[in-house]
Amino acid sequence: MQVELRHIHKHFGAVHASNDINLTIPAGSIQGILGENGAGKSTLMKALSGFIFADSGEILLDGKPVHIASPADAINHGVGMLHQDPLDFPPMKVIDNFILGRNGGLFPDRRTAAKEFKELAVQFDFSIDPDAYVDMLTVGERQQLEILRLLWLGARALILDEPTTGISLPQKEKLFATLKKLAAQGMTIIFVSHKLEDVEFLCNRVAVLRQGQLVGEMLPPFNVDKLVEMMFGKVVSFGGRYPLTPGASTLHLEHISLEDVRLQIRDVTLDVRAGEVIGLAGMEGSGQATFLQACAGLVRPVAGKLSIKGADVTGQTHHVFKHKGVAYLPAARLEQGLVPGLSLTEHFVLAEETHGIFINRDQAIRLAQDRIKTFNIKGTPVSTVESLSGGNQQRALLALLRTPLSLILLEHPTRGLDIESTMYIWSKLKERCAQDGAAIIFISADLDEVLQYSDRVLVFFTGKVSSPLDAEKVTVEQLGQLIGGKGWEAIHA
Amino acid sequence: MRNNKWFNLGVQLAAVILALLFVTVILLLVKAPPLAAFQNIMIGSVGSWAKFSDVLISFVPLLLVTSGLLVTFAAGLWNIGIEGQITLGAIFATWMMRTLQDSTLPPALIIILTILAGMFGGAIWAALAGALKTFGGVNEIFGGLGLNFVATALNIWLIFGPWKRPGVASMSGTVPFDVKLWLPMIPDTRLSAWALGIAIVGIIVTYFLLQGTYFGLRLKAVGKNTHAAYLLGIPTWQYMMVSFALCGVFAGLAGAMQVTAVYHRLIPSISSGYGYLGLMVAMLVNYQAAWAAPVALFFAALNIGSIQLPVVLKLDSTLAGVLQGALVLFVLLADGVRQRFVKK
Ligand SMILES: Nc1ncnc2c1ncn2[C@@H]1O[C@H](COP(=O)(O)OP(=O)(O)OP(=O)(O)O)[C@@H](O)[C@H]1O
Ligand SMILES: [Mg+2]
Repeated sequence: MQVELRHIHKHFGAVHASNDINLTIPAGSIQGILGENGAGKSTLMKALSGFIFADSGEILLDGKPVHIASPADAINHGVGMLHQDPLDFPPMKVIDNFILGRNGGLFPDRRTAAKEFKELAVQFDFSIDPDAYVDMLTVGERQQLEILRLLWLGARALILDEPTTGISLPQKEKLFATLKKLAAQGMTIIFVSHKLEDVEFLCNRVAVLRQGQLVGEMLPPFNVDKLVEMMFGKVVSFGGRYPLTPGASTLHLEHISLEDVRLQIRDVTLDVRAGEVIGLAGMEGSGQATFLQACAGLVRPVAGKLSIKGADVTGQTHHVFKHKGVAYLPAARLEQGLVPGLSLTEHFVLAEETHGIFINRDQAIRLAQDRIKTFNIKGTPVSTVESLSGGNQQRALLALLRTPLSLILLEHPTRGLDIESTMYIWSKLKERCAQDGAAIIFISADLDEVLQYSDRVLVFFTGKVSSPLDAEKVTVEQLGQLIGGKGWEAIHA
Repeated sequence: MRNNKWFNLGVQLAAVILALLFVTVILLLVKAPPLAAFQNIMIGSVGSWAKFSDVLISFVPLLLVTSGLLVTFAAGLWNIGIEGQITLGAIFATWMMRTLQDSTLPPALIIILTILAGMFGGAIWAALAGALKTFGGVNEIFGGLGLNFVATALNIWLIFGPWKRPGVASMSGTVPFDVKLWLPMIPDTRLSAWALGIAIVGIIVTYFLLQGTYFGLRLKAVGKNTHAAYLLGIPTWQYMMVSFALCGVFAGLAGAMQVTAVYHRLIPSISSGYGYLGLMVAMLVNYQAAWAAPVALFFAALNIGSIQLPVVLKLDSTLAGVLQGALVLFVLLADGVRQRFVKK
């Protein structure tokens, strides 16, 4: 299906999030959409898929102007969208979720649906159990389910808003194979991403947005430097490694064992030193999140001893850890890290040490303006966090970190951030290591990021934890093998 | 964006007009003259100083419970147990008064101690609902409803048992206190300026508590996202307990006011449904403390104004309830519609 956008405008208050966008996407193509955080990518995609209304402009599908009133309406027209932050999935069965949204009869024909689900899944080589519960699926599997559902509902144009940020490498490869197959069948794919190499590999045309405007389009072969310049309006240089000499022991784990519903981690001993960065690598759900939460005092170890700067904190609450200078940033920003409905200013006030009973408004606003500037957040002190773009929510989360800290625990710290912000955020974090002697432990699905910024790496595979590996001596290929469970004999030899 | 003040105000106004139309239709259906009914409510509430002083009497407990409920709503809690908390406040107040009324203490001191006892009683009952939630995992709505029944039963038992009037127990309540132990009233009315003052101070304190303090901001964070609030370093369950207790203090104060300023004794239906009415006011003002006083006054006027409807128009006085309920429903509905509209 050919998708055409004409003179699309969308304002949010003073923000011109879509400014006269004209874009034609021929049937059967994979269109990449690039742009820095807050450029207006999600906004444009939501306007196309009926989640929001454009203020003005026209949408044409196969040359015919259409009015898209709601997401359900969009799918009736053949447009389906996968969201940047996976929408809430209630604890229902895969097959029920699959049937959801199909109009017609009071009593869904579950048997036929289940059969069609299986046929579709086989076609794309997805292995999801229709009787499993959705909340037990990984992000990648939910994504697969959502794709199947949209196809089954008759989607002929598929929008994916940053689909590769939370999924594992094999899942990503499978996703790309699926998308190429669909495009070959005449499906139109719109692929929003910050990862240039993904776009380069997958897309056969690219459009770049900046500050709500379409600033350029490109066909292969792509000139990456040119694309980056279009995205940021300037040339961006990539930083190198900055190794540090680690200081005193910050976090000490002694024979720690952990358990959660799915797996067990046995007998981990680790000493994390001031100024050090430790990366945790592994497929989603291999135990690294549980491990990180244990370091934050959010999960209680079933055995072993945990101490921070020499003080035993085994079995204490997260707030005790926090008083000792431990900070934890969760992956689900809007569900766990930020408070929807409260403004940026209110967040900064909440995160800081308090003085007295009454809030000093002027001082609070000044604090917010200061942080907004330092962390380059696109928003105002009174913006509520849910009105920020995905990447800007992430920056806000990072801006909440207090100073000084002794241990910073991060889940996917740069998920959804554009290249420039990723480098900026890491330079900020590294600054803390160098100046305040903070140690960092972080999880990332991006193996390049793990190797680039860590001093040592722990690999997780179904609850097994490797001994710390020197990041300079491991290659991305080797790390890829290890998180898939291969080559463990060599590192333990 | 159309999300400006005038647009919002217009939507609210439309909702109020719709609610009035809705009630008009109902009146027409039962073959009653709508204009006469509305007129009667007006006359019955603000037609004379005597009537208006009655409105203010009913305004006091309503505003007090609304203040309390604004605190629990800020923490994201549905304190349905508010009725029981009013009742317990009244019981504790009566108990204190009965204990001290024959002592040699100055009456002013006795009254103060009585009011404090009422606040304490309400707080305990609310803390119980809070404890059931935080430690027992009982949803505060169910816990509160259960505690309401217990409070009513306790009240009736006291009136007909240990505290019954000499001779015969009766629905009219316990023996009235001595006049010198009543909260002083404005001459020619049953209204106590003290009670009115306390209620107004109460809502002002609530307003500043929620708008300007760290406590209020933290409470809001807990109410909107408990998990994130915890990670931000806020002791979440403690804050929920404190918000319950605070609401209980206000409810107990309302109960104590009913005892010391209005009935001067304990009666079976001492809470008079003010708790539920307060829930409606809080919803109607969209949990904004600034609007609570005018709306509570309006609701009190509706209550008092409809009292004479049965006599004059042979209409049931529950018409006030119909109008109040319709207002809340239409305003909530309008807000839902507006939000959909603004989001797009
Ligand atoms: N509901 C909203 N209310 C107010 N402003 C909004 C709203 N949604 C988006 N915006 C603003 O519109 C601009 C574009 O946001 P959008 O989400 O489209 O960015 P994006 O390109 O998807 O960024 P990211 O890469 O960070 O996800 C931002 O400045 C954002 O703050
Ligand atoms: Mg986005």
